Amino acid sequence: MPPASPDDSVSAPKIKTAAPRSYAPAASSEIKIHAKDVNVFYGDKQALFDVNIDIPAKSVTAFIGPSGCGKSTFLRCINRMNDTIPTAKVSGVIEIDGQDVNLKSVDPVVLRSRVGMVFQKPNPFPKTIFENVAYGPRIHGLATGKAELEAIVESSLKKAGLWNEVADRLHQPGTGLSGGQQQRLVIARAIAVGPEVILMDEPCSALDPIATARIEELIDELRSQFCIVIVTHSMAQAARVSQKTAFFHLGKLVESGSTEDMFTNPRDTRTQDYITGRFG
Amino acid sequence: MTDVTPSALGPVGSAARLSAMEARLKKRHRSEVWFKAQGLMAITVAMVFLVVLVGRIVGQGYTTFQTHTLSMPVYLNPERIDASDLEGVNYDYIVAEATMKKLGVQDDDLGTTSGKVMDLISRDFGFQLLNQLKADKSLIGKTVTVTGPFKADADLYFKGQIKRSTAQEDRKLDDQQLDWLDQMKKDGSVKSGFNFAFFTNSDSTEPEQAGVLGAVVGSAMMLLITALIAVPVGVMAAVYLEEFAAKNRWTDVIEVNINNLAAVPSIVYGLLGLALFINWLHVPRSSPLVGGLVLALMALPTVIIATRSALKAVPPSIREAALGVGASKTQTVFHHVLPLAMPGVMTGAILSLAHALGETAPLLMIGMVSFVPGVPEGFTGAATVLPVQVFIWENASERAFHERTAGAIIVLLVFMIVMNAAAVILRRRFERRW
Amino acid sequence: MLIWLSLLFLALFSSVAFMLGRGRAVKTAGGVARVLHSLPGYYGTYAALWAGVPAALLLLLGAMFGGRVEDAMLQAQRPAVVRALAVDRQAVFFSDAQAIASGIAPSEIAYEGELKAALDIKVAEAQRVDALIRYSVLALAGVLALAGFLLAFPRLSADFRARNRVEGWVGGLLLTCSIAAVLTTVGILMSLVWESWRFFQTVSPISFLLGTEWNPQIAMRADQVAATGAFGAVPLFAGTFLIMLIAMAVAAPVGLYSAIYLSEYASRPVRATIKPLLEILAGVPTVVYGFFAALTVGPLFRAFFNGIGAAMAGGPFPGVADYLMQVQNQMALVAGVVMGIMLIPFVSSLSDDIINAVPQTLRDGSYAMGATKSETVKRVVLPAALPGIMAAMLLAVSRAVGETMIVTMAAGLQAKLTANPLDTVTTVTVQIVTLLTGDQEFDSAKTLSAFGLGLTLFVVTLGLNIIALRIVQKYREQYD
Repeated sequence: MPPASPDDSVSAPKIKTAAPRSYAPAASSEIKIHAKDVNVFYGDKQALFDVNIDIPAKSVTAFIGPSGCGKSTFLRCINRMNDTIPTAKVSGVIEIDGQDVNLKSVDPVVLRSRVGMVFQKPNPFPKTIFENVAYGPRIHGLATGKAELEAIVESSLKKAGLWNEVADRLHQPGTGLSGGQQQRLVIARAIAVGPEVILMDEPCSALDPIATARIEELIDELRSQFCIVIVTHSMAQAARVSQKTAFFHLGKLVESGSTEDMFTNPRDTRTQDYITGRFG
Repeated sequence: MTDVTPSALGPVGSAARLSAMEARLKKRHRSEVWFKAQGLMAITVAMVFLVVLVGRIVGQGYTTFQTHTLSMPVYLNPERIDASDLEGVNYDYIVAEATMKKLGVQDDDLGTTSGKVMDLISRDFGFQLLNQLKADKSLIGKTVTVTGPFKADADLYFKGQIKRSTAQEDRKLDDQQLDWLDQMKKDGSVKSGFNFAFFTNSDSTEPEQAGVLGAVVGSAMMLLITALIAVPVGVMAAVYLEEFAAKNRWTDVIEVNINNLAAVPSIVYGLLGLALFINWLHVPRSSPLVGGLVLALMALPTVIIATRSALKAVPPSIREAALGVGASKTQTVFHHVLPLAMPGVMTGAILSLAHALGETAPLLMIGMVSFVPGVPEGFTGAATVLPVQVFIWENASERAFHERTAGAIIVLLVFMIVMNAAAVILRRRFERRW
Repeated sequence: MLIWLSLLFLALFSSVAFMLGRGRAVKTAGGVARVLHSLPGYYGTYAALWAGVPAALLLLLGAMFGGRVEDAMLQAQRPAVVRALAVDRQAVFFSDAQAIASGIAPSEIAYEGELKAALDIKVAEAQRVDALIRYSVLALAGVLALAGFLLAFPRLSADFRARNRVEGWVGGLLLTCSIAAVLTTVGILMSLVWESWRFFQTVSPISFLLGTEWNPQIAMRADQVAATGAFGAVPLFAGTFLIMLIAMAVAAPVGLYSAIYLSEYASRPVRATIKPLLEILAGVPTVVYGFFAALTVGPLFRAFFNGIGAAMAGGPFPGVADYLMQVQNQMALVAGVVMGIMLIPFVSSLSDDIINAVPQTLRDGSYAMGATKSETVKRVVLPAALPGIMAAMLLAVSRAVGETMIVTMAAGLQAKLTANPLDTVTTVTVQIVTLLTGDQEFDSAKTLSAFGLGLTLFVVTLGLNIIALRIVQKYREQYD
């Protein structure tokens, strides 16, 4: 398990402008996602203003902030889910491993096979558990035979910690599982495609505390293999699972840094106010 | 986690994985394009059907609204007119004589020429002469100028629908008759103009004298009955079900029943009307009354469904507010909820009436398919309605009736478009988003 | 006329009752309206309702059923000469008697001798009975109106809960209206079942449902009683089924693909243009489609197939070529295709609703996996919407089976057991129309068979609708 990346740029002065302080990653972790001057418009309304951030590989980065602050919007830019909204317009650069995802030449289909996503409400397809997990490998043609497909499904379910619970009912509908199980099923479904990045949009907001704890445990386990970006409302959750935290407010990235630093020593007063519960 | 097959979930971005995906990617995008094209084709097909349907009907029907009239002097020969029996006079021959004189031809002993001439000129001339003489007998022995329509076939020739290039045996008019028509056109006594007669006449066995007035009036009377029954009963039923009825098995049955009634084939309502209204209650056949009753039963479920959804759209807070100031349930509904739902109710009512206006099948069952040569005499008199008139004319063999069928369809569609537009305007104007 | 006059009079009486009732209420309150339990108008309305409604109901019932009572009273006694007549002639005898009594032209049958004498007696009786019913109804209505008023008026006092009582009346009226919908169903069932039952007494249901020969004209000949076999409806069912299949073959793919395109691919302006256009297609009366089928599509298809036949002439299949050259305007294919066009907007708007009800989260889930739009539609949206789409198709089938005008105008009248779409076939609805238009003689098996067909049609469409609506309801609940 890699150590939490320490923030070693504490010497930077406190700044109150909208421009976030650039984050220098720990020497131990390479940068997976690099975003520069990202602006998003929904029709005439601007939802994101000049977001700049680096997201490290093989670790968990949390986006926090009040409702409507743009954290989900930014998350949806990373795998170009905003393409499905006709009025959405994205400008700026988002690079994964140095490759700009917004280029015309980048096929969103391929991009999304590298960047998986888990949504707020568990959304298993109205199919069997097996078919849910096999969906991705099937459409991308990742398995050459039935046996291989079964192997992928099994390993994905195991990674998502769901195998023991569903091994004997793989061919029952995925919608019959409990909320927490459904969410882990959806995570297994994302893993089955073999992504490098997994985006999670408030994955626990529809779950009870026990199921939430189970998912958080899972996120921590998955960190060794994937770059995970999680949007959350719960600061406690961000503190528990993430190594890096970014705070969004009114469409702007206010501050980002190592989770420990952010929670113990926030530089921006807005961050401080939010963390101490004065608004949000 | 060691049992993962390497080729499938190997290291991120591994060559094997990428090549497996690459190979499929082209195919997947091709199938995407193809699928989208299929959807586009389906839309295109539907739109082409619409254009062809409307285009064909307008193309076949627009000439109905144009007609050609002939003005000519007619000598009211005292030898042929018995002043004591004006009804018994053969006016058609008097008209034929006048026409022959105009054309400069003589009748032969067999009356072939006058017969051929009479095939060109509408009998309307004869009726006009009769009416003029009835008003003023002193006209006998004088010459009057009469303006009237041609027979339908002659009119079709002027409109270019009967062509000289067609072999003589295959058309209704022979070369000589066409020559006569050309001659009349050349001397300027033929005028073309808007076909007012189509809107002021009722059904007739002669296509050139057939019009839609009787059918339009019949439709209006029938629709009035339908509206007077279906709208109040439907609205009140919906108010009861939505606002007053307890949710129990009984109201469930009524609800299922109404939804199913809305999907019962219209012809079944015709059978009901025949058995119930005509055979059992002795309502006069072919009358606007029985037609209106049948269509009211048919429109009832759709009015109820539309009203219920309009009532559902009124937020509960309105009801709570009214009840909160001490209004009774009935007052709440009739003072607040129903007025707020009214635009939706009226929109639904107009749409179901428009649907009833176009309905044909059930009316055939209750005897509305008979030939009615005038405006209906009342709600219990024999009547015909627009869609049935379309059906009757479509069955007629004369070609001129086909033109009129399409003309009547255009009139019917205009009425339906007006009603639908009214509904849309009502919805746009008064629609409230809560 | 009399009824309108009496209703008008009754309305006047009710208004007087209203005034008196309101006046009395105000008076009992000592002229202070605030003391009253309800607004003064409610007291007046209460009195007016009791005075007017029962009497008005009686008058309407009298107008509706007076004729039937009169028939029954008149026909209760049948003189021997009349009984000697055939049953249908007896009916004519009585209707003539009534016609003469009320001064309407009777039938053209000449009555002589004893029959004439019997007729005269009956005419006099008819006049007597008519007057009796008419005036007794009037008198009774008058009594009811007065009694109603006298019952209501003394109750009116300051504490009387007039508003609640009036609202009770309103509630009763609303309930009555909603029962009207149920009564319609009962009426449909009763009339169909009753007339069909009479039909099935001459033709057995089994030979009707399983017989393969349909020729109702046979039953018209006096020497040939409705022979079994003449009313075998299987060819009609086959024809209906064939046309329905063709219609669905057009409407299902075009309608479904249109719905998919509109809900998943089309931009907002495109959708805003196409949807109203499809609604126009849906609003066109069926008789217009019938006209289109008979005068445009029919001749077009005929010319097309005749052309192919001519081109094939002298080829390897002389039989086929000959057949194609003789294809007529009226064929199953024409009716089916035009009916399919009619059903396109129906299928498309129903499917559109169903597809839009599939939650966006499922689509997002699929896109996030890297699925293309078509993969998402085919593998996630459509499977999820499948029950709803099946239900939409069932409703469309029910519409196709019950559709009348297109087939009447374009399919033909010959009852043939064939699967050839170029052949002329007939359907259940066409036969109902032909059996019941033109001259009818009631009680003949020919006319009654239409009700047998109607009952079959009703049962089949009702079954389809119930199944379909049940599925749709279940489907909606799943995603609500």
